[in-house]
Amino acid sequence: MERFLSFAKKELLHILRDKRTMLLLLGMPIAQIVLFGFAISTEVGNTKVAILDLARDEASRRIERDLDASRYFEVVAHLEDAAEVEPLFRRGKASLVVVFQDGFRESLLRDGSAEIQLIADATDPNTATVFLQYATSVATAYARENQPPAAAPVGIVPQVRLLYNPQLKGAYNFVPGVLGMMMLLVCAMMTSISIVRERETGTMEVLLVSPVRPIFVILAKMAPYFLLSCVNLATVLLVSVFVLDVPVAGSLPALVLVSFVYILLALALGLLISTIAATQVAAMLVSGMAFMLPVILLSGMMFPVESMPAALQWISNAIPARWYIAAVKDVMIKGLGFQSVAKELAILSGMTVFFVAVALKNFKTRLE
Amino acid sequence: MNVIETERLTKRFGDFVAVDRLDFQVARGEIFGFLGANGAGKTTAMRMLCGLSVPTSGTERVAGFDIGRQTESVKKSIGYMSQKFSLYDDLTVAENFRLFGGIYGVPSREIPSRTDEMLELLDFRSEKNTFVKSLPLGWKQKLSFSIAIFHRPGVVFLDEPTGGVDPVSRRRFWELIYEASDRGITVFATTHYMDEAEYCHRASIMVDGRIEALDTPARLKQAHGAASMDEVFRNLARKATRRAD
Repeated sequence: MERFLSFAKKELLHILRDKRTMLLLLGMPIAQIVLFGFAISTEVGNTKVAILDLARDEASRRIERDLDASRYFEVVAHLEDAAEVEPLFRRGKASLVVVFQDGFRESLLRDGSAEIQLIADATDPNTATVFLQYATSVATAYARENQPPAAAPVGIVPQVRLLYNPQLKGAYNFVPGVLGMMMLLVCAMMTSISIVRERETGTMEVLLVSPVRPIFVILAKMAPYFLLSCVNLATVLLVSVFVLDVPVAGSLPALVLVSFVYILLALALGLLISTIAATQVAAMLVSGMAFMLPVILLSGMMFPVESMPAALQWISNAIPARWYIAAVKDVMIKGLGFQSVAKELAILSGMTVFFVAVALKNFKTRLE
Repeated sequence: MNVIETERLTKRFGDFVAVDRLDFQVARGEIFGFLGANGAGKTTAMRMLCGLSVPTSGTERVAGFDIGRQTESVKKSIGYMSQKFSLYDDLTVAENFRLFGGIYGVPSREIPSRTDEMLELLDFRSEKNTFVKSLPLGWKQKLSFSIAIFHRPGVVFLDEPTGGVDPVSRRRFWELIYEASDRGITVFATTHYMDEAEYCHRASIMVDGRIEALDTPARLKQAHGAASMDEVFRNLARKATRRAD
């Protein structure tokens, strides 16, 4: 035990002495979460809307007012002719055009439904889909209010209700994503680099000759990064609750537990990388290319897993971050508890055991 | 009393016999030079003696323990200094002593006094809290050696300890080795410098995985009618059929 402690202390000294890296490790999660939360946002805010009102009746003007009043839309132009639509998009003056057909109000009141044409600039499909949803809900709300009570409802008006994240805030998606990415970065990359460094400098050989059991060397390396990751977890949660207004809706213990398992998994991955990579640079590249990219692209952090092609969905099953991110979303955003993340917990634990086993086996063969 | 004893110690990698039936003994307090060209099998043999590699066949006893069955006890009673300089650069001199003292089970209250003692010996007192990375190479190597014998091992293995340092520093380094040997620590060293081979009590020369010659430097020179160890070494190494790696 004393041996282990003097060892863990040494690892902590390595980290503390390398001030730049430490600042990077502690500062990066905050920078990432703020960046993703504010700058790289998929939220819809102040979308420029142009109106092509061929109806010019009370109903169309009312919907226009509603749109303009909401903080998501800003009416910037009134068009006279459909031919004006394209030049407008080209010049980037508006990203949404709302077209009311002639006789809009009559049709609405007579049939209980009427058509609004929404033309969206879909070069940014994410934004396009989101504001189409908004605009639709504004229009349907008006239709509902103004239906004469006597008239029987004809036709089906879709009522879209968004659960859990009604304002479609980007932060709700990114907080779990950043957590999933950052843990991997800190744990997998840093652990693998620090083990490979010892091999490169020759200190690993000296340690292996010594009476310290290799498993203690490894555990002592992991302990400080585990600690660091807990600090990062805490800062990310604090920033997301107090700065980004993303609450932890569900059970905090469940969130912490699943995070711990994920950190262990990332540490095991780091160990595994260290048994493959011969140099520190290689370790960095392997963790960067082989682990970061799939996490960003396939874990559901950027693009929803459900909308991927089947083959990629299948591959994404093998990506630990996918399960972690899903679990964090369940707990943080949907406000669920332990039972709901049991499956993810089981999968992550299984993966951890698997990686540890493979890494230890590789580690032993490397010694020979 | 012998500190190292091997019997038909062999290591095979597939069809390749890296170390072929080594039989030798090293006595307590002896300075034993383990010579051989690159690829002759020195490093493999030394790795087996340190417990880093498992022999294919044969037995080896180090510090009175069977290395296959009592690995832990062997590891506690040997010291090791590797070819590469291998202390922690970003720790201070004293922190390196504390770390390795801790690893080898030196009681923690004894570590400070032993550290001072060692630094006294090296004339290093002023560098106690210096980061190792800012020391010159010659000093680092002396420090490595001191750390390898800090826990007072029965035998210390040195793998080309003086690579890359100037002759004056090498000379000083060997003074440290003599001092350790006077205190009863057996020194087992590989080297490529034949002037250093002259300093050893006994030296062995490996050729193609086998020990071709083993005796005191004086008697080796006599037997080969040579003026220096360098000549003896060239005589024997010429017979090698294996390519150096």
